[in-house]
Amino acid sequence: MAYFVKRIVNSILLLLLTVSFVFLAGRLIGDPALNMLGPGASDLALEKLRQAAGLNDPLWQQYFRYIGNLLQGDFGVSYRFGFSVLPSEDLAAIGQPVVAIVLERLPATFLLAAVALGLAVPLGVLMGVAAAANPRSAIDRLVSAIALAGVSIVQFWLGLMLIVLFAVQLGWLPTGGYGDARHVILPALTLAARPIGRIAQITRSAMLDELSKPYVVTGRAKGLSEGRIVFLHALRNAAVPIITMIGDELSALLTGAILVEKIFAWPGIGLLIIDSLSRSDLPLIQASIAVVAALVVLVNLLVDLAYRVVNPRIRLGQGG
Amino acid sequence: MTPLVSIDGLRVEFPAVGGTVVAVRHVDLEIRPGEVLCIVGESGSGKSVTSLALMQLTRFSGGQVAGGNLTFVCRDGEGLDLRAVDESRMRQIRGNEIGMVFQEPMAALNPAYTIGWQLAEGLMTHRGLSKREARERSLELLNRVRIPDPERRLKQYPHELSGGMCQRVVIAMALACEPRLLIADEPTTALDVTVQAEILALIDRLRRETGAAVLLITHDMAVVAQMADRVAVMHGGELVETGSVRQIILQPRHAYTRALLAAVPKIGEMARRSAPARMKIPGAEDRDGIDTPLHAGEQRILEVENLTKRFPVRGGLFGRTIANVHAVEDVTFHVQETETLAMVGESGSGKSTVGRCLLRLDDPDAGEIRFRGQDLVPLSRPAMRDRFRDLQMIFQDPYGSLNPQMCVLDQIAEPIRNYGLERGSALEDRVADLLDRVRMPRQFLRRYPSELSGGQRQRVAIARALAVNPGFIVADEAVSSLDVSIQAQVLNLMMDLQADLGLSYLFISHDMAVVERVAHRVAVMFRGRIVEIGRRSDIFEDPRHSYTRTLLAAVPTMDPADRISHRETDARVLHTPIHPSGYDPGPSRYEEVSPGHFLLQDSVQ
Repeated sequence: MAYFVKRIVNSILLLLLTVSFVFLAGRLIGDPALNMLGPGASDLALEKLRQAAGLNDPLWQQYFRYIGNLLQGDFGVSYRFGFSVLPSEDLAAIGQPVVAIVLERLPATFLLAAVALGLAVPLGVLMGVAAAANPRSAIDRLVSAIALAGVSIVQFWLGLMLIVLFAVQLGWLPTGGYGDARHVILPALTLAARPIGRIAQITRSAMLDELSKPYVVTGRAKGLSEGRIVFLHALRNAAVPIITMIGDELSALLTGAILVEKIFAWPGIGLLIIDSLSRSDLPLIQASIAVVAALVVLVNLLVDLAYRVVNPRIRLGQGG
Repeated sequence: MTPLVSIDGLRVEFPAVGGTVVAVRHVDLEIRPGEVLCIVGESGSGKSVTSLALMQLTRFSGGQVAGGNLTFVCRDGEGLDLRAVDESRMRQIRGNEIGMVFQEPMAALNPAYTIGWQLAEGLMTHRGLSKREARERSLELLNRVRIPDPERRLKQYPHELSGGMCQRVVIAMALACEPRLLIADEPTTALDVTVQAEILALIDRLRRETGAAVLLITHDMAVVAQMADRVAVMHGGELVETGSVRQIILQPRHAYTRALLAAVPKIGEMARRSAPARMKIPGAEDRDGIDTPLHAGEQRILEVENLTKRFPVRGGLFGRTIANVHAVEDVTFHVQETETLAMVGESGSGKSTVGRCLLRLDDPDAGEIRFRGQDLVPLSRPAMRDRFRDLQMIFQDPYGSLNPQMCVLDQIAEPIRNYGLERGSALEDRVADLLDRVRMPRQFLRRYPSELSGGQRQRVAIARALAVNPGFIVADEAVSSLDVSIQAQVLNLMMDLQADLGLSYLFISHDMAVVERVAHRVAVMFRGRIVEIGRRSDIFEDPRHSYTRTLLAAVPTMDPADRISHRETDARVLHTPIHPSGYDPGPSRYEEVSPGHFLLQDSVQ
């Protein structure tokens, strides 16, 4: 219990650090108002935007206002979204709350990540188990080769190749966009390549380790089937490193989604981050990154919880 | 009587790089119903491989039964050729008709599942029992192996149980389906001597109760003497001698059997001798050994006073120290020049922690450690570094304590370089001299640990400890992992070095028979305290503390007439000395029963 309190406090601190960093970075890359309105903007327009957004206040005041608003769930309003043309007059009234924009985009990203992970976990684990159960066999070599290809391949190249093959040449699947089930296949595959490889690799090595342990011999001497020994006995013990890897990969998936969403024009939070960056929409950048960071922290917390389920020694808090 | 198992001309091969390794050849054995057959031999003798071949388990480690017949008579009376049956039929035999017990009880159980789950698993597989029935039968089995509080144990995980308790669980698991044969592969080697006696007695009783035959694999002749009906001696993959236990122990015919028997230190052999004596190694030339008894000097080289070490147990919301493990509690002793003080006790008694505190691998919480008159406890790290040239340590595991990436030369040269004592060719000469000292050929200089045997590794570890000319060596279970014949050689080497170089040893060991041969004085540790300390003869011939007596009584004797069966007890629940923080257990008070022989006043415990 104490452990979880500590973990949650740590997570909150980590989040605070991340949003603070994002805030600071937004101020360091230049005058936010100028970045947004562009070099052709009039002094009047710039001044109005600064006043409306509070950019003239001392930095620490801006910071505390920003954090204070965050705590109330208020991430500010978008400088641009919701308006096709920036009105030159009443700047304070523009935009819609960024939270709404981000939340609107989240389901698409979740869907993409879930499909990618849903592909990667069973495939990676099965590949790794098959390789470890038949060391030095053809299966082992094939799995190792696929896993290596998966982790080394460059995502955007893979994405483009998949588009060329399945969308352009074969015409089986759409090149991008959001719609029915067929739309999700290519981006999810692109996103899953790396985690499949990583999970297969870690599963293979963790399973090789477990399968050489004495309790496996005990299981065989008890007359258990190989399937039971591999999946029930060894895999359960190999689960800790595998779950760690899945957690890491899930975090990487959320960041990897930025690129993949761009390639496939997938309207998720990744695409939103890229768009808001190119438009210097500071509140929107801050909000999207804060949400992604919160997700990553949450994933890590869940991974820690999962350890305790699979490993009784961690659960009881007494090593060895 | 038709034998239960007949093995004829067994040959087991392991394919390896550069040719096939034949692990077992020409082995003929019979196991009759209800008897105890012991296979005895040293590591690499093929004794374990023989049992794995019988279970058709060698195939999982890459081995292959290349020749011979393995016949097993099943419950229904059918004689099965085990080499011919397929894997699914074999699975019905494993765990059902043949049960197996292994060396490392903790590792033999799956850490991720409860005891109850693992016990029920075999019952549900072979007997088709329901969950509830399997649970009831598991309870019955735990009662049968005399584990206290079985209801609670079912819900516990292996790491919550002691080693002896785990071994009882493994035995219960092996016996769950009432097998006709129980194979026990070194079942007590990893356990304390008192626990060893318990487990052997348990196996013996269960054999009588169930009528199962037992194939007991061991390296320990004393275990053989107490347990076996018949004995098979293996060496280098071959059977060298078989016979009844009386024949083998009392009239061994083969030279190897005689050597094996002679190498076993027997307790009581050293009665009425004042100084340690070399181990007997028949057949081996022993020219350069010392024969004169080794007497300890007068000067005290090490004085330890009121040494206390506690390890905090953390808990609560902020990880505060809520309790302490009292690993070492008010321990006082001294070691004289050219003296060996043996520190004996079971695992968890604190004996290793004492050794670690001397070298400041653990920082003591209280007490003084005076080495050549200087207190080591307040020394800073750099000052200690200087001091430690004189104080070295040899560890138990020669596999773990040598860096696998360094050749023998670098291994031994490292401390010399570290203290900047020699360089260049002088350094190499010094290392070569050290190799001569530990009687290893100089061509080993460029070899890596993986190319050395256990005994050779331990010699390298000794050479490394000697490299900086220390006066005092802490040997923590330094020979425990070695075969008896190798153990005898290494012990002789240590005693010769003591005579030649005037070394003092703190010899930490659980093996009473070895201690009797090498020690001048003995300290018995129990739950963090020295309960009795005195000259070797005081401890072995006039033990006063009940724990010392228990320890001595648990040592198996080499007498085939002294069977283990009368020694059975329940599994003891070990009470580790954990006390809430702030608890003061009080000082150790001793009574001097004779000059130099001190006995702890038990009121303190």
